Amino acid sequence: MTTIPAPPVAVIAAPSGLARLLQLVPWFVVAGLPLVLPGYEPLAMQVFVMILFALSLDLLVGYAGIVTLGHAGLFGMGAYTAGILSVHGVTDPIVTALAAMVVAALTGLVFGAAMLRTKGLTLLMLTMAAAFLLYEIANKATGLTGGEDGLQGVSFTPVLGLFAFDFRGKTAFFYSLVALFLVFTFVRILINSPFGWSLRGIRENDARMVAIGCPILQRRVVAYVISAALAGLAGALQAQTTQFVALHSLSFELSGNILIMLILGGSGRLYGAFVGVPAFMFAQDLLAKQDPANWFLGQGIILIAMVMLAPGGMLGIAERAMAAIKRRLS
Amino acid sequence: MSSAGTLARLMRVGLVLAATMAVPFVAALPASAQTVKIGMILTYSGRDAALGEQIDRAVNLFVKMHEKELPPGVKVELIKRDDTGVNPDLAKRLAQELILRDGVQILTGGQWTPNAMAIAGLTKEAKVPFITMTAGGSAVTLQSPYVVRTGWTLWQTSYPLGQWAAKQGWKNAYTVVSDFGPGHDGEAAFTKGFTEGGGAITGAVRIPLKTTDYLPYFQKIKDVNPDVVYVFNPGGPQATAFMKAFDDVGITKSKIKLIGPGDITSDDELPNMGKSALGVVTMLQYSPAGVRPANAEFVAAWKKEYGADQVPTYFAVAGWDGMRAIFDTIKAQKGKIDPEATMAFLRSWSNPVSPRGPVRIDQAGDIVQHLYLRRVEEKDGRLANIEFATIEQTGDPWKIFNKK
Repeated sequence: MTTIPAPPVAVIAAPSGLARLLQLVPWFVVAGLPLVLPGYEPLAMQVFVMILFALSLDLLVGYAGIVTLGHAGLFGMGAYTAGILSVHGVTDPIVTALAAMVVAALTGLVFGAAMLRTKGLTLLMLTMAAAFLLYEIANKATGLTGGEDGLQGVSFTPVLGLFAFDFRGKTAFFYSLVALFLVFTFVRILINSPFGWSLRGIRENDARMVAIGCPILQRRVVAYVISAALAGLAGALQAQTTQFVALHSLSFELSGNILIMLILGGSGRLYGAFVGVPAFMFAQDLLAKQDPANWFLGQGIILIAMVMLAPGGMLGIAERAMAAIKRRLS
Repeated sequence: MSSAGTLARLMRVGLVLAATMAVPFVAALPASAQTVKIGMILTYSGRDAALGEQIDRAVNLFVKMHEKELPPGVKVELIKRDDTGVNPDLAKRLAQELILRDGVQILTGGQWTPNAMAIAGLTKEAKVPFITMTAGGSAVTLQSPYVVRTGWTLWQTSYPLGQWAAKQGWKNAYTVVSDFGPGHDGEAAFTKGFTEGGGAITGAVRIPLKTTDYLPYFQKIKDVNPDVVYVFNPGGPQATAFMKAFDDVGITKSKIKLIGPGDITSDDELPNMGKSALGVVTMLQYSPAGVRPANAEFVAAWKKEYGADQVPTYFAVAGWDGMRAIFDTIKAQKGKIDPEATMAFLRSWSNPVSPRGPVRIDQAGDIVQHLYLRRVEEKDGRLANIEFATIEQTGDPWKIFNKK
């Protein structure tokens, strides 16, 4: 039913000690960015938050085969949890982030347990409906959420009592980078665990997984709850780093955009989020600057071209290129 | 190799390295003290792009016509950004980037109250003057000492409108507003004015901004059958959609009167509304049909630049006066923008010959202006907002009532 092509199923060999250290290099390079490109911290931290969000979605779309158009619902729950707590006096970033994860996970459990009994288009519609429901509740509950005006007066105490959030975004930059690193490590362990492999099995052929005795509904719900918690964390980070929560964080537009970013990079590839999100957001930043009035057009053309010409996303292109080179050489 | 040669090579490497490191810092400095960078955040895309376009056109026209008046060697550079509509978190990030990356010395635009609130909060720390043009929520100017407003507030239009409605002998009113900050302000202001004059509110409804089907809301109003309906929406295409829905339900043809701030009969939308808008009474600070020499000049320049069928709206005038205030500041400081001096100047800025009549900015950072009662009438085969009474005003009523 899903039209997103599955990536090649290959076991990635556990990296050796040196390779492991080398894998940390890109993280340090990114951490040095503010020295080279001052002024880009607000955009960069937004990119980190979105990568984290896309990673949580990849767990569903890429590994469990659950395509959702309502992932912003969970992101927004996290953002509003952190924001509302801060307005009411709970202003520690780490405490509110954890609370946001719990609330988003519970939301995911309630919706997931009901929705994941269905598949395909029905499921797609239900995920959308669930997100619309949350959006309208937030829109109507102006006393709690500020409605269309957004939540005013969100502010957080310094991280660990040491690093205050400033308008230049330095603290927010490193704070969200560290969170992203932790989540990435967690997701990588998760997808290489037996649980992760059972998710791939369900994605490829759920009937056969039932036949070998795998409780597929339970596995899918667990995956959904984990993904929800991570999406909630991304939402909380967004609230903390921008000191603001708006209805946009629950919107269909965001659900759609994050799916596009993931597909652009390549879903089910773990690194797809790291490629697709920056590509999308930097292109958006650049286009919007060139022509503030018509930049959506440029973005649309790029997306159409990507979908028509590169169904596996940017990583898909890279994989095919590598395969072609290997063929040439052998 | 001699040690002197090695030293020379090392020094060369060091020099290159130092130069590379310095590039970003040099880039972050303002290009020239004589080029004043102005960041402008407006809605350039989406449903309400037409509103942003009015402001954008006014700003461009003003710069084109008045660039020569700047002190010799001083230039302005406008850096434009699209907030895509009511989108406070994006507006805030754009403002942040304009300040950090582009090094703007003045921020302007501020089309929407939620966006302006988010930007204003930022200016407190960044110390960048922010001239919000059309955000109408009273609270915007309270967010930071670096904010002034050149547009209007909902309290300015709707409180005296409530008083006027009560004087007409109308007893029952129903309020219909868009569900966001300015809508809440308008509802409260009208209610206060109307009930103080002896009227009663028989019903109130707030319609979500993104709603497109108004019929269910308006049908209920018809059933309640009040004397008068107070309406607020943010103008532009939504104003026409409201008016068409009132027409479909039959309210425009009934004896129920429609009134509101001028947003609901905005001049660029009148041709789209058609006859259903005839007779609607609104209160606003500007109508292109206003009879003032400065206005005649302004409308003529507009038509010359953008076409004979184009009219500037109150959005355009807010942008025009905003740019006038910015230019006057630049002139007063000879191109060297100091945040504190700018704010001191803006808070006592005045323009006796704005297209809307005399205006000034008060110490609270709010605009002080005349307000006009207008009725939609047909004039030379076209609908226009014809002014029939003037109310002289002294700043934002909300701040006067809530003075600490």
